[in-house]
Amino acid sequence: MILILLAGTAVLLALALAGAVVKGQGRSLYAIASFVAFLSAILALISLPARPETLVLPLGLPWLGWHFRLDPLSAFFLLVVDLGAASSSLFAIGYGRHEAEPGRVLPFFPLFLASLQLVVLAADAFSFLFSWELMSLASWALVLVQHRDHESIRAGYVYLVMALLSGLALLLSFGLLAGAAGSYEFAAMRLAHPAPGLAVLALLLALIGTGAKAGLVPLHAWLPLAHPAAPSQVSALMSGVMTKVAVYAFLRIAFGLLPVPPGWIGLLVLALGGITSVLGVLYALMQHDLKRLLAYHTVENIGIIFIGIGLAMVFRAAGGEEAAAALALTAALFHVLNHSLFKSLLFFGAGAVDRATGTRDMERGGGLIHRMPQTAFFFLIGCAAISALPPLNGFVSEWLTFQAILLGPGLPEWGPKIIIPVAGALLALAASLAAACFVKAFGITFLGRPRSREAAEAAETDRFSLSAMGILAVLCFLAGIFPAAVINAFAPVSRALLGAAMPAQSHLPWGTIIPVAAARSSYDGSAIFLLILAVTVLAIAGARHLAAHAVRRAPAWDCGFPDPRPVTQYTATSFAEPIRRVFGPVLFGAASIVRMPPPGATGPAQIKNVLHDRLWEMFYDPVAIAVARLAEAANHLQFLTIRRYLFFVFAALVMLLFSLALLQ
Amino acid sequence: MGAVAIEALQMAFVLLAAPGLVGIVRAVKARFLRREGPPLIQPYRQLARLLGKEVVLAHNASWLFRTAPYLILALTWAAASVVPTFSTHIIFARLGDLIVITALLGSARFVLALAGLDIGTSFGGIGASREVMFASLAEPAMLMIVVTLAITAGSTQLSSIAAFMLSPVLGLRISFALALVALGIVALAENGRIPVDNPATHLELTMVHEAMVLEYSGRHLAMIELAAALKLLLMISIIICIFFPFGLGGTGATGFLLGLASYAAKLGIAAVLLGIFEVSLAKMRVFRVPELLGAGLMLGLLATLLLYVSRSL
Repeated sequence: MILILLAGTAVLLALALAGAVVKGQGRSLYAIASFVAFLSAILALISLPARPETLVLPLGLPWLGWHFRLDPLSAFFLLVVDLGAASSSLFAIGYGRHEAEPGRVLPFFPLFLASLQLVVLAADAFSFLFSWELMSLASWALVLVQHRDHESIRAGYVYLVMALLSGLALLLSFGLLAGAAGSYEFAAMRLAHPAPGLAVLALLLALIGTGAKAGLVPLHAWLPLAHPAAPSQVSALMSGVMTKVAVYAFLRIAFGLLPVPPGWIGLLVLALGGITSVLGVLYALMQHDLKRLLAYHTVENIGIIFIGIGLAMVFRAAGGEEAAAALALTAALFHVLNHSLFKSLLFFGAGAVDRATGTRDMERGGGLIHRMPQTAFFFLIGCAAISALPPLNGFVSEWLTFQAILLGPGLPEWGPKIIIPVAGALLALAASLAAACFVKAFGITFLGRPRSREAAEAAETDRFSLSAMGILAVLCFLAGIFPAAVINAFAPVSRALLGAAMPAQSHLPWGTIIPVAAARSSYDGSAIFLLILAVTVLAIAGARHLAAHAVRRAPAWDCGFPDPRPVTQYTATSFAEPIRRVFGPVLFGAASIVRMPPPGATGPAQIKNVLHDRLWEMFYDPVAIAVARLAEAANHLQFLTIRRYLFFVFAALVMLLFSLALLQ
Repeated sequence: MGAVAIEALQMAFVLLAAPGLVGIVRAVKARFLRREGPPLIQPYRQLARLLGKEVVLAHNASWLFRTAPYLILALTWAAASVVPTFSTHIIFARLGDLIVITALLGSARFVLALAGLDIGTSFGGIGASREVMFASLAEPAMLMIVVTLAITAGSTQLSSIAAFMLSPVLGLRISFALALVALGIVALAENGRIPVDNPATHLELTMVHEAMVLEYSGRHLAMIELAAALKLLLMISIIICIFFPFGLGGTGATGFLLGLASYAAKLGIAAVLLGIFEVSLAKMRVFRVPELLGAGLMLGLLATLLLYVSRSL
């Protein structure tokens, strides 16, 4: 099985080479990539419950070889990777037609796909880090497709710096895991028992390394810059899939390679997840660039996933709470799958809108539901799913996370007693703000009247893009109404990581899921769907029988003062104003500066909204300033005489010898 | 078969009783203002009149605008049909998870806010943006209340919570008092009652719910008004089911009739209390409302924290 999967990866690498020489838009290239990824997704699904497989190829370091392992965890994440890869390649068949410089996308896109697959299959530190950096570099090249755009260049720069930080932290983490004499194979790391202090340090480094890739606050800053800058099929992959690969890396290290870490690390992860989710969605609400809004929203969803992971770690550390840990982990995995589905869908929709109107600025959208009805419909499904509305899939994973939170009072320690309910409140806040955020995203972009000529003349996107969106929308729907099947499929993963899984859901009627016990709580996605469907039909039939059928078209009423100019509509900024006023002053230093002309003057009034990115000012500016100062100081070293340089060389030699002598 | 019949009866009852509930509230408010007030059946008349009228659609109304009223009614009705109102023996009781009910109401609000934005008028926008702002605080408050109840009762199912509340082990609890206050605040906000919103106003700057539905007419408006009435009944029913569930657990014909009678009586009392509450209070400025809702959220969180500290609080 693993050989076939690697053959698929090899095909993708060959496509990357072909992409470097091929002329034209590369439609066949995308088609092949989509097909390969689709087959690979099916294989991954089949191998979820299978026994782990390993393979060593004589590549990489000569004394190590290149180790691959396909176990339930990698199979699950391979499935997520390949679903995203297949759909984004399918989307790109149509979307790529508009690419101005396809030569800047075609070589790197298959390379990116291949590196994503390699990361989840790697089973030694060297191959893992090699694939990880390959993934970073390939996506960095794709961020810089619009290489003349100033924003893109900045995004690429920030991304590169953060990717370096991430790689460095992971390198150090693996170094600690391997120990002084240890091996870099994962199998050997699993058997080595590092000292508790070192294990904690390795885990914290792994949290930094993977958190920087996944977008945990405060390491998220590159994400809303880099994800929107890339072409939309790549944005979908970066947001929907690459962040999940980072989650994979964290799970692999925290649950797969290390002994059970102390509970406070789980609480730290939980708290970070809660903060990340609320801050991510609040940042998203403040945006009016559609793709940047989606990118910030990825930060929120990563927070929700890490809430689940943190809970699983807390329960695992408590001992005897395997069932609760399995529930929390399953919730996190379910959300990983869900988010990869609906976030890809939403990025595809945003890309279609971008191509149709020539702008990602929501303030220039509006009325697109008339011009792009199918895109609007699929985008609406994505919005409803990500806002956790039943019966779609986003609701199931958030419901499961809540059920895991409800098991918190069973823990004896004080730390969890305080942090778990607060995390629950943060999750609830994030979930309801997400709904507000997507009312805004859909309502301003697709509803209302067109705010620009481009929006008024937009045309529906091509059928490949539509079918990619349609497939993902159907998957969102199916995962929502048949959650039991999904949970059953995940059981091997949590069994492999925790030695326990959620109770099998297969004997239950319809789509029922029961996380702990039937008396406690149950959710039935398909019954809820059928109930909604039935009462909707009842309502429509009732209205049809009882009500008058006449419909007349007329100008909008608007309390008697309709204004035909589209500028009188609410904009994205004004829609978010109430929420900005409630949450903004504390979190963003938000303020509105109003300048009214003096009485009698005819000049226009002015209003200026100020928003501060406090996290950037708190964490990034000081580092940037320090680096700049250091560079300034080091700059003097450039203009010294040869005697001084010789002195430095000599001094360095003496220092080295001296320290060597001390260590001996 | 019995469960199916009871379920059908409940679904019909909540739909038919909802406008009457609104009628009672209005009548009580009118009496306290020393007005004659409309007759109790006025909401029914209004629905009938709206159903008979033609629909006037704005030129740029999309399919979303036309389907939204049915969806809103359906989502609210679906939520109301899983709440054990006068009997726990309804077939959908196992779907009656409080988180699901909250989410169903959230879905209805999502659709309504989108419908408010569809025509592209400034009123629709103001209503939708304020509604989601209220909801962004009311919904987490509701979920915290759910967590409070679920920790004590060991379940998020409404029927199990009601059964737990009926059991004699309960006693007085601080956390429940906090949760009841919080739930009251949430219920006021969810239904746009005074002091959060004024359901009787058409004064532009104070409307929230009315601003969103301003463009609706005819049968569409009838659906939305019915859904709003149903939502009021639903929130009251949830409060009744959780905190005043006596008469609910009965079996057999007498128990069933007793449940129905006590439910109707409790609804009536709640409507009278709501009317008195509304006339004795002024509407808040819009940006004072988040403070009220934030207080609700904090009460819910406090109740939860108390329970995490000790399950007997």
